Amino acid sequence: MSWVNAAVQGVLLGGLFALFATGLSLAFGVMRFVNLAHGDLAILAAYLAVSTTATLDVDPFVSLLVVVPVMAVAGYLAQRFVFDRTIGPDPLPAILVTFGLGVVIQNLLLEHYSADSRGLDAGAIETRSIRLTDDVAVGWFPLLTLVCAVVVLVALQLVLSRTRAGRAFRATSDDPDTAQLMGIDDRSVHARVMAIAFATVALAGVFLGIRQTFGPAEGPTVLLVGFEAVVIGGLGSLWGTLVGGIVLGVAQAVGNQVDVRYDLLSGVLFGHLLFLAVLAFRPQGLFGRKGRA
Amino acid sequence: MTDPLLEVDGLSAGYGAFQALFGVDLTVAEGETVAVIGANGAGKTTLLRTLAGLVPATGGSVHFAGRDLLGIPAHRRVAAGIALVPEGRRLFPSLTVEENLRVGGHGGRPGPWDVGRVLGVLPVIEPLLPRPAGVLSGGESQAVAIGRALMSNPRLMLLDEASLGLAPVVVRGLYEALPDIIGSGTTVLIVEQDISQALAVADRVVCLLEGRVSLAGTPRTVARDDITAAYFGRVRA
Amino acid sequence: MSAGAHRISRSTPSSTAGLAVFGGLTVALATLPTWDPERTLQSPLVLVLIYLSLAQMWNLLAGFAGLVSIGQQMFVGVGVYALLTLAEDRGIDPYLSVGLAGLVAAVLSVPVALFAFRLKGGYFAIGTWVIAEVVRLLVIESDSLAGGDVRSLTRTSLGGYSRDARDDITYWLALGLAVGATAIVVLVLRSRLGLGLRAVRDSEDGARGLGVDVTRTRLVVWVLASFWTGATGAVILLHSPSARADSAFSVLRWTALVIFIAVIGGVGSSVGPILGVLVYWFIDEQLAEADTWRFIILGTVAAAMAVVAPKGLYGLLQQWRPVQFFPVRRRLVARDVPMEEPA
Repeated sequence: MSWVNAAVQGVLLGGLFALFATGLSLAFGVMRFVNLAHGDLAILAAYLAVSTTATLDVDPFVSLLVVVPVMAVAGYLAQRFVFDRTIGPDPLPAILVTFGLGVVIQNLLLEHYSADSRGLDAGAIETRSIRLTDDVAVGWFPLLTLVCAVVVLVALQLVLSRTRAGRAFRATSDDPDTAQLMGIDDRSVHARVMAIAFATVALAGVFLGIRQTFGPAEGPTVLLVGFEAVVIGGLGSLWGTLVGGIVLGVAQAVGNQVDVRYDLLSGVLFGHLLFLAVLAFRPQGLFGRKGRA
Repeated sequence: MTDPLLEVDGLSAGYGAFQALFGVDLTVAEGETVAVIGANGAGKTTLLRTLAGLVPATGGSVHFAGRDLLGIPAHRRVAAGIALVPEGRRLFPSLTVEENLRVGGHGGRPGPWDVGRVLGVLPVIEPLLPRPAGVLSGGESQAVAIGRALMSNPRLMLLDEASLGLAPVVVRGLYEALPDIIGSGTTVLIVEQDISQALAVADRVVCLLEGRVSLAGTPRTVARDDITAAYFGRVRA
Repeated sequence: MSAGAHRISRSTPSSTAGLAVFGGLTVALATLPTWDPERTLQSPLVLVLIYLSLAQMWNLLAGFAGLVSIGQQMFVGVGVYALLTLAEDRGIDPYLSVGLAGLVAAVLSVPVALFAFRLKGGYFAIGTWVIAEVVRLLVIESDSLAGGDVRSLTRTSLGGYSRDARDDITYWLALGLAVGATAIVVLVLRSRLGLGLRAVRDSEDGARGLGVDVTRTRLVVWVLASFWTGATGAVILLHSPSARADSAFSVLRWTALVIFIAVIGGVGSSVGPILGVLVYWFIDEQLAEADTWRFIILGTVAAAMAVVAPKGLYGLLQQWRPVQFFPVRRRLVARDVPMEEPA
């Protein structure tokens, strides 16, 4: 019954995908801003963790205490001084700046760390698993990733819906001019949202680095997966992002099984095709609100 | 004589080639109700938006309670005591009515206005509190918009085209709440296309024509013919 | 006011001069093999011309149709593999196949548009990237195309030509594509299509109100750009006859650099990409082998210009001295008309 195992592994993988997608979804939801460097930022965070673990001689989970805040501050500054200047009716400047940034990050990483694959060693947790049945085993680390994804998304949703700041974020998203009339500084909102987005993508990047080896060119893969998860789940919905990530993860895992069995398509390709199908038949995604794109 | 609450001196404003105000003079004393009237495109909304900080001023000065207002960024003006009820209401559709009220108090000043008090003055809002703000009728959303502005405890409330798109009976209902608002110490500057309504509530009236003040006076002293002339401009023979 | 008292002129003295210079340059470049027999210039020029062709097409899409695509590498790759199939597998003359390769790309671009046009702005950009990935993966999976292996144009297709002939023909094709791409942009700028496109870019709803069929206009430009990009892809293969899917569909080599070139030169003008490609050439010469630094420098400059100089070098040039290089603007010119005294 390796199909069941494939599905389970897919759900777990979906947790990582949802983490990839969270920052993208948040930035787009509040600011209509698409950060094409999103994936490269995850890889950057993974490399930062590599350097941190080496320099401070700590394990990757501890390195998060350094990497996540550093990335959050970087996100705040990036939005405040660069990205904010590109927000407007013309999508071109934002696309160019973030795409250029992504390319530059990739190549700087290549220069500094070389093209060799790296990994983050989290120790025993990487290999231990819970055996559910003969065919199905749930790895501790993938489970942890999924749990983290759920926790992050729930926390964000709560912040958005229950807190004063979250209310300000939503108001800014609806109407930045009128939000200013309420005393909300939309530039400050943007910067804080991007800080959160960078923080989540940093978490995602470190978890990716623990899960598998990575190289400087891995960024676009993260971006595309995150983007597909957001579209499948539906623009403007954080829950949709979680579901979208899981659906995509299952699609890839099942696709891999199909590939293994029948030498037909690969998991990644399967995921892409699912994305295209959603785009064709239900462009607003599973939970999306129409007209938000 | 105390200084006026709001002193607008030779104010010009607009975007680039699209200047809308040319040297507007206007004063509002604390406690008085001033109505700004004028035809479409005369600059009334631009005037209010410039006072709120959403349109850049290109000349002149504005003093509010003695402070230079133009130097304050838009999002800090509500803390200074100026609240704008925008034309078209502009409620936040992602928020419920109650959340719209609460966000009104986000950057405001301490004071007597809270949700309970707003409901007291605009009771029509009460059953609407849990609803998403995007599905309200015109009159309902106008009431919420006014309530939202009140939540910031403004010294001066700018009310832009409250009657726009509303049935006369609804408009009258809204304006009936005005005395309570004024009575609690809020000065009100209203922009209105409905001249009768404006004259009925205002202590003083100012007419704008093509970005300039064409008439100023009190409802009692200003003749209807003069208003028509000031509203539409000199009619060419 | 009598009819014919005014006319719309597109030329200025400088634009006529500009046309002349451009024409002269084209002739000079076309005759390169005669005055540069060692072919020292020819090889680097081929790549420069290829990039100019690609940049003009990206310019057409992004600057005029509002279609900011990060998936053009898809059509480059399609051009490469179409040529491989036509020339190696089917035995059609490789140089004649260039146009056919473009056609294949153009045909593919239609279903792609079906999906991609459902997205807007930044999401459209990523969407085109995803679709490009799909095509790349399909080419790798395909047994007949075998994108995972290195494949080349061999004696089978190229055997009938001498080394020099191959180099020259490839060079002329690249020149033709670059000049043609520039001509297309100039013509579009001059045409009603161009006016319609710019209206769409400024305000989609406004353009619709004026009767511009937004979707059809965009589709026409999309298919045209895909055709030309595909043909350019075929020439890329002719220039370096070995290919793998990963390099043929490389977003860095065939899209990122192209975008940087177009942005640095100036998106939305016909001259911009020419300036951009000259900058690229200069930087490339200085950096020799260092691939990464090319990307870092050009990427940083392009990103910076997107914020501070959105019209690129051409825009900066126009701010300094407004000069027309091509006859594209429209000016109202009044002929001598006897003035009537007011009654």
